[in-house]
Amino acid sequence: MNQTPINGLFLGGLISYAAAGLFGLAAYQRRRATRIVFCLFACLGALLEGIASVAAILDANETLISIPSGVPLLQYTFRLDPVSCYFNLALAVVSLAVSVYSLGYLDGFDVRKPRGIFCFFYSLLLVSLTVVFTANNAFLFLIVWEVMALSAYFLVSFDHERDESRKAGILFFVMSHVGTGALIVGFLLLGTWARSFDFSAFHLIAATLTPIQQGSLFLLFFFGFGVKAGMIPVHIWLPAAHPAAPSNVSALMSAILIKTGIYGIIRIAFDLLGIPPLWCGLLVLTAGTASAILGVLYALIEPDLKRMLAYSTIENAGIILMALGGAMVFRSYGRPTLAAVALVACLFHIFNHAIFKSLLFLSAGAVVHATGSRNLERMGGLIRPMPLTALCFLVGAIAISGLPPLNGFVSEWLTYQALLGGFGSTPSLTRIVFPVAGSLLALTGALAATCFVRAFGIGFLALPRSSQAAHVHEAHPAMLAGMGTLALLCIGLGLGATLWLPILDPLTNQLLGVRMSSNLVVSGGLALSSGSAAGGTVAPAALVGALVLLALLPGVLCAIWWRRGRKIPGPTWDCGLPGLTEYNEYTATAFSKPLRMIFAALFQPRREIQTEFEVSAYYPISVRFESEVEPAFETHLYSPLKDRIMARASRFRTIQAGSIHAYLAYIFITLVVLLLFGVRS
Amino acid sequence: MIEMLAKSGFQLLLLLLVAPLISGIIKTMKARLQTRCGPNVLQPYRDLFKLLRKGMVIPDTASWIFSAAPYIVFVTAALVGLMTPMTATDAPLSLFGGVLAVVYLLALGRFFLALSGLDTGSSFGGLGSSREMTISAIAEPAMMLAIFTVALGANSTNLSEMARSAVSQSWRFLAPSQMLAFAALFIVIIAETGRIPVDNPATHLELTMIHEAMILEYSGPYLALIEWGASIKQLVLMTLLVNTFFPFGLSSDWSVSGLGLGLSFYLLKLLLLACCIVLVETTNAKMRLFRVPELLAVAFILGALALISTFLF
Repeated sequence: MNQTPINGLFLGGLISYAAAGLFGLAAYQRRRATRIVFCLFACLGALLEGIASVAAILDANETLISIPSGVPLLQYTFRLDPVSCYFNLALAVVSLAVSVYSLGYLDGFDVRKPRGIFCFFYSLLLVSLTVVFTANNAFLFLIVWEVMALSAYFLVSFDHERDESRKAGILFFVMSHVGTGALIVGFLLLGTWARSFDFSAFHLIAATLTPIQQGSLFLLFFFGFGVKAGMIPVHIWLPAAHPAAPSNVSALMSAILIKTGIYGIIRIAFDLLGIPPLWCGLLVLTAGTASAILGVLYALIEPDLKRMLAYSTIENAGIILMALGGAMVFRSYGRPTLAAVALVACLFHIFNHAIFKSLLFLSAGAVVHATGSRNLERMGGLIRPMPLTALCFLVGAIAISGLPPLNGFVSEWLTYQALLGGFGSTPSLTRIVFPVAGSLLALTGALAATCFVRAFGIGFLALPRSSQAAHVHEAHPAMLAGMGTLALLCIGLGLGATLWLPILDPLTNQLLGVRMSSNLVVSGGLALSSGSAAGGTVAPAALVGALVLLALLPGVLCAIWWRRGRKIPGPTWDCGLPGLTEYNEYTATAFSKPLRMIFAALFQPRREIQTEFEVSAYYPISVRFESEVEPAFETHLYSPLKDRIMARASRFRTIQAGSIHAYLAYIFITLVVLLLFGVRS
Repeated sequence: MIEMLAKSGFQLLLLLLVAPLISGIIKTMKARLQTRCGPNVLQPYRDLFKLLRKGMVIPDTASWIFSAAPYIVFVTAALVGLMTPMTATDAPLSLFGGVLAVVYLLALGRFFLALSGLDTGSSFGGLGSSREMTISAIAEPAMMLAIFTVALGANSTNLSEMARSAVSQSWRFLAPSQMLAFAALFIVIIAETGRIPVDNPATHLELTMIHEAMILEYSGPYLALIEWGASIKQLVLMTLLVNTFFPFGLSSDWSVSGLGLGLSFYLLKLLLLACCIVLVETTNAKMRLFRVPELLAVAFILGALALISTFLF
């Protein structure tokens, strides 16, 4: 295919995003109708980017777009290769749905809020994400990486009247910069060795790097990108920032922003560093497993719906890293086909997670908007007033729990197959890692299902648990349209997985030189296989067909035997108490209590019960219950670290006197020192 | 296509008919061991027939989830049955998915059953859902390790492939890894089917029930579907256990003579396994809920040992 249309579409998409932002900034406050234009521009941008990405992936050639900047070392070079475009496609799909949703969601904002500024940063985030995925120059990459972090910061702290949002914003800002610091060091090292800051130049010198160089660079980048990816233990910004942000931004952050970290790791491990040493892959696999398990455990006990989703993002980032680590290990052992299976699992889960997590965040946003609370214990019974939102959340919940036949199941199935394949194909000591990781993945999956039974069951079913939840209304049609699109995609990607996998061929070909779809899709496109002969198959669409056919059976049985018209509504058994109220219902805290006790070593739960009574303890007047779980990473890792840094930093307080003259002098001295340094070398 | 439908039809019939029978046999044998008279072996059929004819009460707090759950539980159990080799090594729908799909389809049924428990708004439903999900979650890693051990031996996660490999070396169950995996899977299946010492299928005592608490509000045909589904699930899990570890008599084709022999061997093996379950149920007391993780940890360690011994021996 001719490259020019792809370039045109790509740049057109960027311009369209930018136009949306500027338009929103200029006109939003004045006329309400302008929101339609803002959303139209954002959707148009997403569509153009989406088309450009699909075209570039199918084209399978690299497209370079270079725009000179006039600044030395910096060039606006974009590389549209299959990997970049795949992430860009995920961004386009999610941003399309989120922008449509925003059309309704922005109406719910307080009119006094600077909505124009919100639109501006929202669009800026879209632009910077697009450029992060496509930048081909380290300087450009770092600049847009910063722009991305900054625009996300402003969006997170958009509700700045609330203490929580401000704190979350600062935490995100600090963690993000700690990560960026590592990235800057890494890129400078690579740049010195390659004598250029182009990614293409890094790729060329990859073969000349020693294992020690590769290893240390990998550690730097893994740390830097891991912060963004929400990997444990550098995840702490995620559960703070995601709930504080408006829900459409949370969706975008959780679905795409954390994927920039994953993108970075893939780019480094498979493209820029050659073949990193074996331990790098094992490190990624271990970090992924730990993130998956700990993420889902924290999600389980979280009463705040959006924080729960944020923890579940950590879990899914962990699953993605598990597959990625597997792929890296297999590549180190020189098993490209097996590595390709793991990589396909990883890439597929990246896309799937983007879809179902944005769906869940958008539905959570609709719920939070309707009930005015993020606390699960204040919801309940929403399935009747908000049937469509509930259905969307349920689809997302089934998908994220990895249950058939939706998309989450397919990517987890592929991950299992890759891990199982690893046992047979790697030398003795490392092979035991894979089945153990697989069994922990099973634990993660089952805990995720528990977590989402809790979220949906407590949040949407039975009786309303608060007066606000009793008087809610269905979400705005535009919001439903956004969610509905994503829900349909969850179903489509699950049932049509065999049709979707060929799109990953150019990616595995680029990164590993192998095309897998002909091995993975068998029986004339009906079933997925594990890539090796007789390894195992699964056919999601056929499963659904069989389920539907089998569902006729109970229907027929009932039709034959059951006397019609004997379906009587009646009250739920309430133990003889006068009427069932919301106080009889099981709470979210109670639901996760058994697991809180089983994993007490991790949670260190503390509870306090105070009872006031008159005659005896059996006749209480009031009971006060307090339960708390220790945030392990905050108390044991970050608080001591913060205290130590603050203690050291206070010694330098003297030089920061607040006098502008002194600061000018510092700048002057620094400049002189740097010049001297420059002259000497 | 027609052949697949015919095989599926045969196996479906077998599933629907044998599942309640096994439940009945276990109940009767248990009663006899406890020197009670016990119900007739055919009692579960009578119960199902009675329930299917009855009217039902739908709680007014419940939503469509409550009505959908019985169908999903029943249908997923039946589908899983069609993917498992029962009398012949190649299961009718083995192409549709292997052992991983089996585990996850059962999880889908459980997902909806747990939701239906919460849907009624009663405390019992929530209590049952919470415990059911907890126990199944902590049983999962042990189950996967045991399954992986078998799958690695057969080099496939396809159940028919696993059965075929077991048939080709029918004394393989004497290998330490297989015995350990069998023990792990046996414990997991006790937990998954809600039997003593993990759950008591006969109890309606408020604080001890797990599975029964979830389905407390169901009546009539819906209850029949759930009970039938649960017994099919139990049969499928037992089948998995007997056919992957003890493949004796599994017919390699679908000829009438092969099937006859396969069926008689299959029923015999099921009967023996049912005896084991009855013995375990009679000689043990139900555990406290928070002792169950210890039992499942034992299963996990057995599974891990099984896996390690696959490449030691």
